[in-house]
Order: sequence, then C-alpha cells, then structure tokens
Amino acid sequence: MNDLAMHILDIVQNSISAGAKNIWIEVLVSIVRDLLSISVRDDGKGMTPEMVAKVTDPYCTTRTTRKVGLGLPLLRQGAEQAGGSLSIDSTVGVGTTVKAEYGLSHIDRPPMGDLANAYVLLLGANPKINITLHYITDENDFSISTRELDEALDGLPLNDPQVMNLIYEMVSSNI
Amino acid sequence: MNKIKSLDDLRKMKQSLKSDISIREKSDKAEEMVRVRVAMATCGIAAGAREVMNTLLRKVEQDSLPVVVTQGGCMGYCYAEPTIEVAVPGKDPVVFSHVDSARALEIVDKYIVKGELIDGIIPVNYQTIQEKL
Repeated sequence: MNDLAMHILDIVQNSISAGAKNIWIEVLVSIVRDLLSISVRDDGKGMTPEMVAKVTDPYCTTRTTRKVGLGLPLLRQGAEQAGGSLSIDSTVGVGTTVKAEYGLSHIDRPPMGDLANAYVLLLGANPKINITLHYITDENDFSISTRELDEALDGLPLNDPQVMNLIYEMVSSNI
Repeated sequence: MNKIKSLDDLRKMKQSLKSDISIREKSDKAEEMVRVRVAMATCGIAAGAREVMNTLLRKVEQDSLPVVVTQGGCMGYCYAEPTIEVAVPGKDPVVFSHVDSARALEIVDKYIVKGELIDGIIPVNYQTIQEKL
C-alpha cells in the first residue's frame, strides 16, 4: 500500500462485502492537532466482539478463497508506525466503524495519495451504495455523497467514465 | 470551460453530457455491454489495480467503447494480481493475470475489440463470483 487513498479503497471493500447500503468516509487533516484521521463507517452486518478482537490478526479472514486477510493488519501497522492507532467499533446488525489515526507530521506517515480518485472509483463501481465523503481540515469542511450527485446529475450513470471525470474534477477542487 | 467546483456546476454540465451519453447508450444496450471487473481487494490494490482501473476508464472514454469498468473482490489469485475479468456478452468470462497498464490496453485492443485471445489467461473451470455464491 503506497498511500492512504489505497487503504481507503481497500477498507471500503470490507463494508461492501458486509452488505452496507450506506458508507461514510471521513478524512480529517488538522495541522493544529497534528492529526490525520481516516474513518470508514458503514451500516453493514457488523461484527461480534470476538470477531473485532481478531480482525487485525493477518490469519483472520471471512473469505474462503484463501487463509490470510491483510487489509486491516496493514492499516494498523501503518498507523502505529506513524505515531497513531487503529480502532474498530462494531455492532452486529448495526454496522462497523474503522478509524485509523496518524501523526500528521510524523516522518513515517504515508502520503494521502489521490483521495478524489479513490472516491470516484468507488462511486463508479458501486452506484447502488450511497457513499459519502467528508473531508475536514482546520479551515474547510467539504462533504459529498452518491445521493447528492445522483440528484444533481438527474439520473446520468455515475459509472460512465465521462461523468466520473467531471465528478473527479469537482471533488478534487474541493479537497 | 470553467472549472467545476460545486454541485451547481455539475448541474450546468448535465445537459451537454446527456446528449453525449444517450448517443452511446442507444448503440449499445446495457446487456450488450462488455463488463470488465478489476480485482480490488488488498492483494490487487497493493499490486497496482488502481492504476489499471484508471487506465481502463481513460481508454474506454477515449475510444467510446461499450464497456463498463467495475470492481471485484479477491478471487484467490493473489499471486497473479492485478487480475481483471472480462465478460464479453455471449462468451464465458475470461480472467487475465498480471495486468499492468500496458497489458490492460493490449487486452482492450486485442481481446475486447478484435476478439483475439492473448497470453496470461487464468484457465481452470472458472466461474464468476456471483455464480459461486
């Protein structure tokens, strides 16, 4: 994983596999608090406390095609190496929140990467899931969701590359 | 053209886009679209699936191809990532292994456009993930 946008692409896949209808991605970049935090919240099927305790173990995975699952372990490793931590909050039947925190100025913090690109790829590939991106800095607060885009574009397909380009331009000029 | 900065700017662009897109949609119905699924689990992303997906989207737009590019999960071929599954209507889906941007373009030009097979196909009695479930 080269950058945090890749982690977001990856972690959101977990929410999709959990059958989420709504996914909220929140990115907080605060120079004042020297904090970069990424949280992915969903209304998927959730996990039991036993499962939550195990998910950052690389040898824990729900899939049947292979025995290892590295998404959350890698996220945790990256956060801990950069003076931060990973927390997971989940309730069966309600949903899951995964939150990774990094020291913003920490030398080992991975770069953000192209967040707008990650968001647009997720939108285009999952037009039926309402995905919200909330980007907060010390001065700015920007939020966008599949539903708002659907409404503004009045039924134009969000998975059309031309439409995705426009959405990319709009999102990237705000974050 | 002014830069698009808000939902209102997007609304303004809507009309011109609509005519473009409807021209493309008339010629190819949804069920006649080629489906390309890029495997984007941890293994795929770490191996470069994001760049492959971006390349495919750019190519589809440039050449106005009747192709839908979407994401899939891990299919168990972690050793061969990035992989893409190409489902041409009326044909069995084909999974290509070790796809970088250059190979993605080759797959579009040769397999999707001309119907020629190229190296690096994952054989086995492959079923799509949906069929397995």
